[in-house]
Amino acid sequence: MREDGGPALRVVVCLASALRPHAGGASHVHLDLPEPVTVGAVIDAVADAHPAVGRRIRDEAGTLRRHVNVFVGPDNFRDLDAEDTVVPESAEVTVLPAVSGG
Amino acid sequence: MVAGPGGIDASAGDVIVLVGTAKGLFTLVATPERETWDLSGPWFRGEQIYSAALDCRHGRTRLLVGAASSHWGPSVYRSDDLGASWAEPEPGTLAFPDDTGAAVARVWQIQPAGDSEPDVVYAGVEPAALFRSDDGGESFRLNEQLWGHEHRRQWQPGGGGLCLHTVVPDPGGGPRLGVAVSAAGFYRTLDGHTWEAANVGISAPFLPDPTPEFGQCVHKVDRHPSEPDTLFLQHHWGVYRSDDFGGRWEEVGTGKLPSTFGFPVVADPNRPGTAYVVPLTSDEFRCTPDGKVRVYRTTDGGASWQGLVNGLPQDDAWLTVLRDGFAADTLDPAGLYLGTRTGEIFASSDAGESWRELTRHLPPVLCVKTAVLR
Repeated sequence: MREDGGPALRVVVCLASALRPHAGGASHVHLDLPEPVTVGAVIDAVADAHPAVGRRIRDEAGTLRRHVNVFVGPDNFRDLDAEDTVVPESAEVTVLPAVSGG
Repeated sequence: MVAGPGGIDASAGDVIVLVGTAKGLFTLVATPERETWDLSGPWFRGEQIYSAALDCRHGRTRLLVGAASSHWGPSVYRSDDLGASWAEPEPGTLAFPDDTGAAVARVWQIQPAGDSEPDVVYAGVEPAALFRSDDGGESFRLNEQLWGHEHRRQWQPGGGGLCLHTVVPDPGGGPRLGVAVSAAGFYRTLDGHTWEAANVGISAPFLPDPTPEFGQCVHKVDRHPSEPDTLFLQHHWGVYRSDDFGGRWEEVGTGKLPSTFGFPVVADPNRPGTAYVVPLTSDEFRCTPDGKVRVYRTTDGGASWQGLVNGLPQDDAWLTVLRDGFAADTLDPAGLYLGTRTGEIFASSDAGESWRELTRHLPPVLCVKTAVLR
């Protein structure tokens, strides 16, 4: 239940290992967010809880970093509705680096 | 938070060479004799280190490192215990203000000001902008006057991006300040507020108008602290000197160097009028001419140049040195340190008379910076 009494969804966010030191060592972030929950709202909430994680996901202009992927369950959010993707109940959100670089 | 080998093992008087690479930060440490060097690293594994500084002003021993992860973006880290532990600015401390809509892509330069401004540190970033810290690098703010310059929207990126890569503070702590942007040229402020392009005399043969007000591709600028009016500049084509802090430039390399193309220029820390460049063949090939690694030194302000080759490879050595891959220490005679894109570090402890290879097989070297630990 949210503070305002409205319905809330418990979302579990799994962080890539490189992000965990910036979240106090936590591998998962547990969030209670008002429904409907979008990926964008999840990133906002993660950034509020752990700013150093947030700015590794988005730059200061709010643009998602190019080589960061967010998965909703097994699906890459870029193949869905990007930050507007609605997170279904019981789905885990996972933040991972893209398989890229040299 | 930052994986690494722990703190640098160094004592007062030791020379520390910071080597920023495409895969992390390394250090080389020697006593003032500079005979035996210890290599340590990497810190920031996998991250590109385009900028670094060891700030020893005002009793401080602070490492500042501009690191960029290809996945997680850029940051400036600081360490007050020679790398044993690191702190990172909180969000927003080296970031563009919201109303700019811009985001830092990379920190190209971290430049402490002179001893008279012991808490001032400048940072040059991509997209081209200047930031200033008044707390030793713990937080930075955008220079709004330069960001708001009417030329900025016409600036074009060089091959490395639209970056502000060089900051030339007034060693006496005055308001005068110079910066170089690729490929916009040299800009200066004399009063600390008003910026002007300062490229008169610098030819840009790659443009339809070879003498524009701005648009020159300045690769690096350096000066001797006792002669702050005199600047040496390595341009995309041409090596220049100015005796009035960029008011006018004179080309001093043509016909005297094997190529006037190159990236770094280093002013000798002890002898005004002495400077060093590393010519590279053309802007298409960008390797050492004829497969020979040669540093060229002038001791007369560019009137003549001498090739320095003793100890540098002269057979089939096709190397590239980037704009910040060359640095001097502050000892006398000066130590010189040359890092290559193929991971070699060459050093001289006699102002270039003789050289030796300190290490090889590092990742591509992006920057070399030095300090003598106080």
